[in-house]
Amino acid sequence: MLTVDGVDLYYGDAQALEGVTLEVPAGEIVAIVGANGAGKSSLIRTIAGLERARAGRVVFKGREITRMPSHAICDLGIGQVAEGRQVFPSLTVEENLQMGALLPRARAGARDAMAQVYSMFPKLAERRDQLAGTLSGGEQQMLAIGRCLMGQPELIMFDEPSLGLAPTVVQEVLHTIRALNRKGMTVLLVEQNVAVSLRISQHAYVLENGRVVMSGPGESLLRDDRVRQAYLGL
Amino acid sequence: MIARLADGVPRKGLWLLAALLLLLTLFPLFASGYLLAIGFLILYFAYVGQAWNVMMGFAGQLSLGHSLYVGLGAYAAAALYVHFGVSPWIGLGAAIGISMLAGAAIGFLAFRFGVAGVYFAILTIAFAEFARIGFDHFAWVRGSSGLFLPVANYTENDLWNLRGSPVMFYYLMLAMTAGAFVLCHALLRSRMGYYWLAIRESPEAAAALGVNVFRYKMYAVVISAAMTSLSGVVFAFYYNNLFPEQIFHISRSIELILGPIIGGIGTLVGPIVGAFLLTGLAEGLRELMLQLGIDVPGVKQVFYGLCLLLVIMFLPDGVWPPLARKLGLHR
Repeated sequence: MLTVDGVDLYYGDAQALEGVTLEVPAGEIVAIVGANGAGKSSLIRTIAGLERARAGRVVFKGREITRMPSHAICDLGIGQVAEGRQVFPSLTVEENLQMGALLPRARAGARDAMAQVYSMFPKLAERRDQLAGTLSGGEQQMLAIGRCLMGQPELIMFDEPSLGLAPTVVQEVLHTIRALNRKGMTVLLVEQNVAVSLRISQHAYVLENGRVVMSGPGESLLRDDRVRQAYLGL
Repeated sequence: MIARLADGVPRKGLWLLAALLLLLTLFPLFASGYLLAIGFLILYFAYVGQAWNVMMGFAGQLSLGHSLYVGLGAYAAAALYVHFGVSPWIGLGAAIGISMLAGAAIGFLAFRFGVAGVYFAILTIAFAEFARIGFDHFAWVRGSSGLFLPVANYTENDLWNLRGSPVMFYYLMLAMTAGAFVLCHALLRSRMGYYWLAIRESPEAAAALGVNVFRYKMYAVVISAAMTSLSGVVFAFYYNNLFPEQIFHISRSIELILGPIIGGIGTLVGPIVGAFLLTGLAEGLRELMLQLGIDVPGVKQVFYGLCLLLVIMFLPDGVWPPLARKLGLHR
């Protein structure tokens, strides 16, 4: 569904990504793992059109999107749950969700999408008139996911969804991602939490200093000695 | 159309608005010349405050250089009138065009290259200062010695050439303020209004939701510039004289943003409430001091400062939002 082919990204003179190539097949969860500063967020931002690659191509559903503006990429069906949740704090839960359906592709089905989101996250329905800034961290993450779903994406990119959340809440978020995937959603998951993301993904890539150094099915990477040593401390 | 515009406005609010409009319409019937001048000033600040609010209140882009658009509008229409006898209503076209171009240039420079927040505000000051210094040396509009319009004949109102009595100007300003209110109400409820809200709240999140952040920031700047330039045209024909040192001065940019800040940034009623409070009270204070025979220069500025201080300390959202809740007009 999504192909990243030999992407180079620079911030000024500093190279953030070097020849990154990866494949996200439809209906799968693909994880990108790596340490802080390995280039995980840069990769997501490049796919989303928020950063411009100096070389390489990004292709989504057979269409090259490398140089497309970010709003056009969203409208093709790539949703994004940004790092740090990024809800609109002074808007209510419901208004936040409405904001997610501003895309041309999502306008018509907004009402149905809202009902689905509320049935998926009953807590959000209970708090629909509450200001998003007053929600707990976990609830804000649910809201960010719900808002992304309002845009009716075909692929969702999660950037560090577990960041700053309590362990039980992390489990809940991962559950949600899995449930979405079971309903047919394609997921690109970026996580520092290597163990869990390898466990729930069908395929994973390990990024180091902007390069893909390893890839394979999540379960087999979990058993790989180098991965265990470098990322799991075993 | 009217019915649709009234959608989502509490009935009580509509009645209050209608009452206010009626009061302001009848005002010249019993107001003295002095009171009428204050009424004009209040409406003037309510209007420019509303125009500035489109950029800052709706889209979250802080401009500290709005005197640029007032000045460009004023000079464009006045120069065309003085040199060629062109009606200010035609001059208005030029005024709006030039201001929109200036706004687009500033917006493009800033938003293309990621200049945001305080740095963007500084850029807007810089452009207003360029204009101030540039116009000081712009011989066609008489440079620093000022551009003068033939003084209005008060006995005859010529709306086409904007020559006439203060009453005519008062009603013109009232119509503009009411028009701006309706326009802003419509803008806020449009899809663009929601895009602006998303951008104001979080540009990153807006981009992640597929909002074309660059385009809608540009629209906000250009619409605000166009609206502001109209007030410049009226300003020029009301005061009949223009000096770059005055009209482009940064104190003018600051003066016009105090109303919306004190009234409530991002609200429709805030700029109007702010203009009433600030101009009304400041002029009242001046009159009172005059009656008491106390002459302190700069008392108005001290008063503005005090108002700003008190509002920021005790009503950080401005005067209107808590007032609206008290009146049961929330949202």
